[in-house]
Amino acid sequence: MTPPSEMVHWWFATGFLILGLLQLTEAVVGHEVWTLRAWRRYLWPGVLFTLGVLMWPVMTFFTNSTIHMLAHGSWAQVLMLAGAVELAVARGKLRSRYWRLWSSLALVISGAAFLVHEQHGWLFSRAAFLHHTLGWTLLVAAIFPLVQAFRPRSLTAAVGFASTFLVTAALLYCDRDTAAIFGHLSQYAGVPHR
Amino acid sequence: MSAEIARELRTEGATHQVVAVSWRIRFVRSLGLIVALAGIAWAIAQPYRITLLDPFGQGFWWLLSEPPLYVVVVGLLFHLIVAPALAEDLER
Repeated sequence: MTPPSEMVHWWFATGFLILGLLQLTEAVVGHEVWTLRAWRRYLWPGVLFTLGVLMWPVMTFFTNSTIHMLAHGSWAQVLMLAGAVELAVARGKLRSRYWRLWSSLALVISGAAFLVHEQHGWLFSRAAFLHHTLGWTLLVAAIFPLVQAFRPRSLTAAVGFASTFLVTAALLYCDRDTAAIFGHLSQYAGVPHR
Repeated sequence: MSAEIARELRTEGATHQVVAVSWRIRFVRSLGLIVALAGIAWAIAQPYRITLLDPFGQGFWWLLSEPPLYVVVVGLLFHLIVAPALAEDLER
């Protein structure tokens, strides 16, 4: 009854696409204009928190290995915590700009979880390649919220942070359960399909 | 000091501000449509990713999962819900 795991990747890709678009738009129009309407203020952190909540069923139903379960659980926790922190900042309950550091930590934990739970090499299959790529992308991208914590008005950091979500979405959309990557597919990966 | 020069500088600054705002408005108004067009381009490039085009024999999850259409929907939702209010705020 559970959907193929590639579909779950596509659903979360859609969530990350929304996050990326919202973050990119805020970067372009500026924080002051973006926060003029209350509902817009809660949009990005709300979606982030919701993605964290939705990650729990993934952890519950996709238990093909302990390490997968731990990775999904850690993503659920950091997404919810990052979303909750950003919601509190939007509401005005938290005021320090250094709360953005939690987003940086969330990216580090998420990236590490990607790398740790992918047991195969880069060219084992497309899914393995994407997991490695996603892991390193998130680890490197952790620099953007780190910079934002110290330089909140940095356009480069804001666009970089937004691009992280867009790149993550694109990579997740590319995921297939069994498919070749650059012509490589391990004989142990299974029968490929489009 | 010439008052004329001061007036020219102020006009130039205001022009820069107007150009920057109009660029942002154009960006906000076009972003959702660009994303929707990207989804359509993806659907044309990989039509087999849309199982609704050949729905017979497909299971529930395969009929639900239409990634290119997800992209189109996200782009349109952004264009219809987020962009209008944001462009209005920028125009003020």
